[in-house]
Amino acid sequence: MSTLPRPEELYANINHTPPKTDWMDVPVDIKPGRYCYAANPESLNYVGFPHARKWNPLDEDWKLPENWKEIIFNGIRERLDKYRSFKVFMDICVRCGACADKCHFFIGSGDPKNMPVLRAELIRSVYRGEFTTFGKLLGKFAGARPLTEQVLKEWWYYLFQCSECRRCSVFCPYGIDTAEITIMGRELINLLGLNIDWIATPVANCYRTGNHLGIQPHAFFDMIDFFCDDIEDITGIRPEPQFNKKGADILFVTPSGDVFADPGTYTCMGYLILFEYLKREYGLDVTWSTYASEGGNFGFFTSHETMKRLNSKIYMEAARLGVKWIIGGECGHMWRVLHQYMDTLNGPEFQSPNMIVPTNPITGTVFQHAASTKMIHITEFTADLIKHGKLNLDKSRNAGIHLTWHDSCNTSRGMGLFEEPRYIARHVVEKFTDMPPGTIREETFCCGGGAGLNAGECEELRMMGGLPRASAVKYVHEKYGVNMLGCVCAIDRAVLPGTMKYWVPEVSVCGLHELVGNALVIPGEKEREVNLRGEDLPGKEDE
Amino acid sequence: MKALYSLFLVFALAAIALVGAGALGMERTFGLYIPFLAAAVFVVGFCWRVVQWGKSAVPFCIPTTCGQQESLPWIKQSTIENPSTTTGVVLRMLLEVLLFRSLFRNNKPQLYSDTRVRYASSKWLWLGALAFHYSFLIIFVRHMRFFTEPVPAFIRGIESVDSMLQIAAPTLYLTDLIFITAVTYLFLRRVVVPSIRYISQVQDYFPLFLILGIGLTGIFMRYFAKVDIMAVKELTMGLVTFSWKVPQGIGVIFYVHVFLVSILLMYFPLSKLMHMGGVFLSPTRNMNCASRKFRHINPWKFENVHYHTYEEYEDEFREKMVEKGLPVEKPL
Ligand code: SF4
Ligand code: SF4
Repeated sequence: MSTLPRPEELYANINHTPPKTDWMDVPVDIKPGRYCYAANPESLNYVGFPHARKWNPLDEDWKLPENWKEIIFNGIRERLDKYRSFKVFMDICVRCGACADKCHFFIGSGDPKNMPVLRAELIRSVYRGEFTTFGKLLGKFAGARPLTEQVLKEWWYYLFQCSECRRCSVFCPYGIDTAEITIMGRELINLLGLNIDWIATPVANCYRTGNHLGIQPHAFFDMIDFFCDDIEDITGIRPEPQFNKKGADILFVTPSGDVFADPGTYTCMGYLILFEYLKREYGLDVTWSTYASEGGNFGFFTSHETMKRLNSKIYMEAARLGVKWIIGGECGHMWRVLHQYMDTLNGPEFQSPNMIVPTNPITGTVFQHAASTKMIHITEFTADLIKHGKLNLDKSRNAGIHLTWHDSCNTSRGMGLFEEPRYIARHVVEKFTDMPPGTIREETFCCGGGAGLNAGECEELRMMGGLPRASAVKYVHEKYGVNMLGCVCAIDRAVLPGTMKYWVPEVSVCGLHELVGNALVIPGEKEREVNLRGEDLPGKEDE
Repeated sequence: MKALYSLFLVFALAAIALVGAGALGMERTFGLYIPFLAAAVFVVGFCWRVVQWGKSAVPFCIPTTCGQQESLPWIKQSTIENPSTTTGVVLRMLLEVLLFRSLFRNNKPQLYSDTRVRYASSKWLWLGALAFHYSFLIIFVRHMRFFTEPVPAFIRGIESVDSMLQIAAPTLYLTDLIFITAVTYLFLRRVVVPSIRYISQVQDYFPLFLILGIGLTGIFMRYFAKVDIMAVKELTMGLVTFSWKVPQGIGVIFYVHVFLVSILLMYFPLSKLMHMGGVFLSPTRNMNCASRKFRHINPWKFENVHYHTYEEYEDEFREKMVEKGLPVEKPL
């Protein structure tokens, strides 16, 4: 692992002026701290990915298969036919540069190949040279270049410096989505076994155990049971969640990160409190599943096919258990997959015809906008409950918190979930301040660790990518005294605490349902002294 | 360097026309054959490209959502930026195509000391692009008077508004000024801003110079060389009515202008200029965002996809599950 420079040092070294040399003539320089380790061959083999082998990105020889170029060209050819997005995006970029300074990795690193347009050009230049008449005739003159090992290495390096956050796409006059190009690029290099381990191993885990962290069913049970102990200590009430229960009304699926690491675990406790409350008050029948124990989908970072295979478990499990509909937890790319792919991918194959349009039995609200997927976001569910006055909330318990809101990339630009979490936030905390426009909602910044870039070894890259987000947080922290950054994404909850510690150490990170769990008054609970983190509640410090 | 290449290329093209139509007297070639061929290449090439794109599948519903989704009835949806109806999608596309909505959003990050990044609105590119495209469009429409007889009223209308200021004789068209200014801005931006220079290629400079060349020759012809308009119209009308004839004494500058236009037409379908057609086909903008409400169908099937079924899962973990009291399908 590389040593991370101090924030001021890192910041002072950002230089947005590109070198004089033409970018095609600047060879790739794989820098420690900015790349992730190569995939463990066992993980690749487990899910049947091709060309699994031990290799090291720093080595000269990447042990490529003999016909690697042919594999790539065939891969490109196939994808041009299958994805209009890819084909159109290869052809119509005018290099206007509107997207150039929109990428958090470019803003934070100054590396010109992190400009979305250039990231795409890395692939486009090869496409031009091999697949267009113009490029074939005129070569470099037409912006074309041949595919060489150097070029492939450059692809690999920069494809794993894109968190597929789609921010660039918002500003492009043609909606060119560099994330989409990155997805295709990653599919292509996957054909050569060139994945990173922080993606490949979670994928293999998820395939086997149902979740990225490889938590087996008994351990999953124990972890949640452990949260129930904590909740009992804090509230005097012990939740009794159900697992794999046939005939439950609703299946709940959340990212396994919430079960595993702080501060996601507090969010998980929030879900448990909410469902326990609803069970006691209104008889709501929710089950967790150990088989479909992952909302996130790292398959999305490898190929559409893998995404489909991992995603299928949710519908398969819903059908097996006979639930009526599904609630999904606070997760980022789970929602992009769910919103834009799930129904197309697995709906016809695995969705049970017995499911109904999600209907909140407590309020009677029918979630028509999820009529086909039969799955709603937990903030849609909770916001609806609050609106109908079904929750007894005491926001003074969060009085020590001044919250600001991080719109997670995928729920923002791949879904449009903006008001629901803010509505809930305003009902569970007293102080809420948004960050400045241009840094929130559809223009929100990535945490810097999305799309599989949360590995320890690429921390420097993550701190660079996290700068724009952190800087906006710093602004509201200094100006208004914000001390908590809320979000609805498990990757955010994993990445942002480190980023905050680095850039704005005074601000902590939480999920939304942690705050709901704190505020929710369960009938018969004892007087709470501490919040879900075990910290004294405001006004209880001295007692 | 790349800009110089492109400039040189455009000069070379102009020289070809000068020599060809001037010294060599090949007026028919430069006045009739080449323009006709160019128009044909343009139309066929353009359609071919769009059809090629259209033939590729749109397997997933992947719009970029830029506003609040449709959800609970009391939450106000952003019906244009995150549309869930066809009307919304059409409006979104219209805003994009007619007003360059996304470019309007443009901003610029600025790094301050003390690890601060701020964003300032930056609308110059939007303004420049809008000015360029609209003046180009108006000039194009104005030129239709050379291909119509009688000239339709709306073209005359556009002309009279355009020459409102009544400066010089023949009166100065405002769009000519805006057009030249906009193209110059777009070019300067490419050479002055370091990051834009870094991403720019011959293919970016060449069309700019070509278009600038067309503009300048046109202006020169109208205001300075004062070519014989009647003769020009005779030629253009002949072109569209297929009674091809070349009147004498139009002046060689006219042929340079027409030749550059012809090159632009032929270059168009091969190049990034196809964004004109492509913008309509971009799945991130032209799709409905209601993908949880309506199922989108993928026209092709995934082959050889293997799933890890619940049965396999339980087989592996049954013992541990039973131990914890988790329900199982088959007893131990
Ligand atoms: S904004 Fe769009 S058209 Fe402009 S350079 Fe970026 S990808 Fe290309
Ligand atoms: S998708 Fe996000 S990370 Fe990737 S190039 Fe665009 S802005 Fe950068």
